[in-house]
Order: sequence, then structure tokens, then C-alpha cells
Amino acid sequence: MTVKLGVPSKGRLMEKTFDWFGARGVSLSRTGNEREYAGAIDGVEGLELVLLSAGEIPRELAAGRIHLGVTGTDLIREKLAAWETRVNEMAPMGFGHADLVIAVPKIWVDVETLDDLDAAAAAFRAKHGFRLRIATKYHRLIREFLRDQGVADYQLVDSQGATEGTVKNETAEAVADITSTGDTLRANHLRILSDGLVHKSQATLLKSRKADWGPEERATLVALTKQLGL
Amino acid sequence: MTDKAKTRAQARAYQDVFEAAGAVPFEADILQSADTLLDLYGEDIRARAYVTSDPLRGEQMLRPDFTVPVVQGHMAEGATPARYTYSGQVFRRQEENEARASEYQQVGFEIFEAKDPHTSDAEVFALFQQTLAPLGLRASTGDIGILLAAVDGLTTTDRRKAALKRHIWRPRRFRTLLDRFAGRTAQPAHRKALITSGDPFADTGPEIGLRSRAEVEARIAILKEDATVAPIPENEVQILDELLSLREKSPMVLENLRDIAVDLPSIGPAVENMALRLDAMAQRGVNVDDLDFEAAYGRTTMEYYDGFVFGFVSDKRPDLPTVASGGRYDALTAVLGQGVGVPAVGGVIRPGVVVDLLEENQ
Repeated sequence: MTVKLGVPSKGRLMEKTFDWFGARGVSLSRTGNEREYAGAIDGVEGLELVLLSAGEIPRELAAGRIHLGVTGTDLIREKLAAWETRVNEMAPMGFGHADLVIAVPKIWVDVETLDDLDAAAAAFRAKHGFRLRIATKYHRLIREFLRDQGVADYQLVDSQGATEGTVKNETAEAVADITSTGDTLRANHLRILSDGLVHKSQATLLKSRKADWGPEERATLVALTKQLGL
Repeated sequence: MTDKAKTRAQARAYQDVFEAAGAVPFEADILQSADTLLDLYGEDIRARAYVTSDPLRGEQMLRPDFTVPVVQGHMAEGATPARYTYSGQVFRRQEENEARASEYQQVGFEIFEAKDPHTSDAEVFALFQQTLAPLGLRASTGDIGILLAAVDGLTTTDRRKAALKRHIWRPRRFRTLLDRFAGRTAQPAHRKALITSGDPFADTGPEIGLRSRAEVEARIAILKEDATVAPIPENEVQILDELLSLREKSPMVLENLRDIAVDLPSIGPAVENMALRLDAMAQRGVNVDDLDFEAAYGRTTMEYYDGFVFGFVSDKRPDLPTVASGGRYDALTAVLGQGVGVPAVGGVIRPGVVVDLLEENQ
């Protein structure tokens, strides 16, 4: 049996992952034509490359259909309940940095912290008759964060893209999204709350706890971790 | 895995008891309006209830409990006073603990009665205690109404009281607010800067979104006004802390509360209501001398109960969920009735947990 390594199938995340493994003597490459999702690995025996959408890697790891995978810690925490019981973080990879933050319109000069957000949400609900809307695709992470922080009278509205535009379009009053530089938030007249950092994410090599780890797979893992210097 | 047939038989037996106590059987739909539940409980309900949808009715939830449909049913056609019993599956989404059931049976008993709430409280509790007596459970009780009355009695503005009462069910945020209102922690620096700023809107860009600049200005005005409010006196905060830490047999707590009421008279009526309730319980055969009372009991449930609260657990099987629980939820009926509420109290038993306990005993 081979050890399956799931890697994002396109874009910068794929290239950076290939670079990261390459720098450690494990060569990953795509095979076939450009549209075919197939890959090859040189440097460690018994390892198979599986190219997947970054968003599907958490689920595949949790189900044990891949042994190892590369994805952002934000996706792991959002998509897997009790993630620690399902996967093990082997190594942060030093790229794909992104912060999940809560941001409000710059014009809300009275809202600097979550405490302010909570008070503003109470007033908003009393005035408008519905709960203050926060647009996000990270429902679980945001809900848990706001519950722990004791923020009430808000609701999450789903936004799978262009989340920063939802406030201007009046489909949400605030946003919770991933940012690396904050430029898009600023360009859309939004400001991050001073205590609004929910999670600092980066690309991470993960190990499935559920996958079939027989003697052969374990031997491959030992060889790989040695080669990677982990 | 609990035997479903046994659970249903146990549920039937409890429903017979509740019907004998004058309750009318109530049938509820499994699919409930997500809007109503979300409006009532907030976003947290999504973590606890299964959401489903169709293109016609939009989002629906698998009923996480019977309270909302029973209240709606009563408001729509019931005449007060009324007693209801129901039995059926409830569905709870589990995100953290796979061992917890995501679907289980509940049997409930609810009283809608405007007169003498302490009598209804006692009736529900005594009925549950007698019904569950063979199981050797330990009962816990509390009263959120006393906490709300205590906040009402603090020497501070109505706005600060409202902010505290809004967070009664979130102990951590409640504590943060209380410490700030009492001057135990300083006003955040950013807030000081905001209320002393000559032009807070300098360099803030365009006005975007539904929350208008006027709303922002209104909140700044409130913050300015709040900055001039005297802190809640230290002795009152100490009294509140003392009250929140009360945990004793009921008669002892009652004595303590009466002492506290000398310094915090606002809790007087709620404390006397508790005294009346204990009397009514005693009349119904409850040994109140041995009944535990915990002032903070029920604070971490959803914002739902606002008076008497109770629960029954097995000390022999701490791994099992609470066997039965309930309380008074007058405010919830007022929200569902758009301001017109009916005083209501009730509780549920989990017959599946009872079956587990009985099998253990054999």
C-alpha cells in the first residue's frame, strides 16, 4: 500500500507546496497534460501524489482516504469538528499566511473592539428589527469565536466570494474574512477590530489519524519525515 | 445503544402520568421555521439544530425542542389556563462530542397559567420529582428571576442595567461589563479617545452599509453620557457576587437571600416568591429542607428561562446527560406573542436516559 499525499491541485498554493518539498529533496510534479490532475513523486519510495482542491483536503484527511495532506489551518478548523481528534499538524510550511479577521465599516468610529460590536449589535437589532449581519464563509469558526467572546444579537450570512463588497451592497453590516495584507478590506472602507483576529492560518502538512497506517505505510512515513527533516 | 421500543414504552408511561395530571396531548411538527428559532435563540441555534431547506418554504429546522411549537400552539388557539404534554424525537446537531446523541426522545409537561406562578412552579417540580423518584436522582434548583431582580436593584442607569440583564446568560461578558460599570476596570483607552475627540469622523471614508452615521453618532452620545455615570458602589457588587455564589439547601439559601434583601430590596418580591414556592412544594410533598438551590443554576443555558429552573441528574452515572430539566419561560412567550405573553413553566424527561439507568440498576 502506498501513502497518499494530498496537495492543492492548482495555483500558488500548489507551486509553493512543490517548492517546499523540492527544497527538502522530495520532488513533486504534475504529469500528463496541463488539464489532467495526476502527479508523481521522486525522492521517497511508496509515496503517491493526489491532486485535490484545497477545500476538499480536510474532508479527505478526516475520512482517511489520504494519509497526508497540505492545506490551510483555517480550512481544517472550519471544516472538521474536533479537528485535533482527526488530524495531526506535522509541520507549518511558512507560506499561505492568512488571518481570519472581523472587520466593520471605517465609518463605525464607535466600534473598535468586540465589546463595541456587541453593544452596536444590540442597538442595531432594536432599531432595524433584525440581527446585525456578518458576511462570511467561515461559519463555524466565527460562531464559536463570537460565542466564546460573548457577542450576541448578530447573524451570519453566507458569502462565498467578494465578501468585502457585502457591506456596500447592504447585504451585511460587517464581514469576517481571510486577509493577508488588509488591502482589500481597506479599499472597501473596512477596518479590522483591534481584538478581531479569529485565527492565524498558514499552509500546513497534516497527517490523518483515520487513514490506514500499516507497517509499510509507517515505514514510508518514517522515511519521509527523515527526508523532510521533521 | 438504547432500545427504542423500551424508550417509547417508558415515554408512554410518563405521558400517562402527565395526562392524569390534567395535561392535554400536544402534537408538534418535526420541521420548524428556522426564522422563528433564529430570531429567538440567535446564531448559536445553528450549532445545535439541523437546518434543512426547500425552495418554497426556505430554511427549516428539525425541532431542537418542543417549547416553541407548544407556545405557538397555545397562543394560536389555547385558552389559559392550560396543561399540555408531548412526546417525540428532538434533534441536536453535535459538533464537539460524537458520544452525545443527535436524536433522542423527550416527554414534556407544560403549564400556561397567569395566576400564582409559584403554585404552577411547585406543581411541575413536584410532579417531576414524584414521577422520577424510583430512579434516585439528585435535584438542583435555581431562580433566574432573583438574578434579574438583583440587577434591577443596582444603583446605576437603566441602560447599564439593560446591558447586564442582556448578558445574564453569558457569565463572562456579564463579568466584564460589571467590572467596568463598577469602576473595577478602567474605561478602554480607545473609548476615552473617542468621546474626547473633536471630530471622530475625520479620515473615516464614505458612509457605507445599513448602519447609518446617525446611528454611530447616537452611540457616541450614549458613550459620552455613560462616561459621566458614577460607578456601581463596591458594596453592591459584593452583594451581587455573594448572591451569585449561594449554593446550599433551599431553606438556608432563603435565609441568606432575605438577609441580602435588606441591602438590596429590589430582590424582595422575587425572594418572597421563592418562599411561597417552597411552601407550595412542601404542601405537595417535596422535602424542601433537603432541596439544593444554586443561585447561578441555569445561567449557561440558552437565554430562555427567566424564573424558577430545575434539573435532575444521576450522581451514580455522571456520564449520562441530565435526566430531566425545566423552568419558567415567561419572557419567551412574550417574544413569540409579539409582546403578549402568557406565564408558562414546564419541563422535559429523557426516557432514553431513564431506560439506561433502569438497566444499570437491574
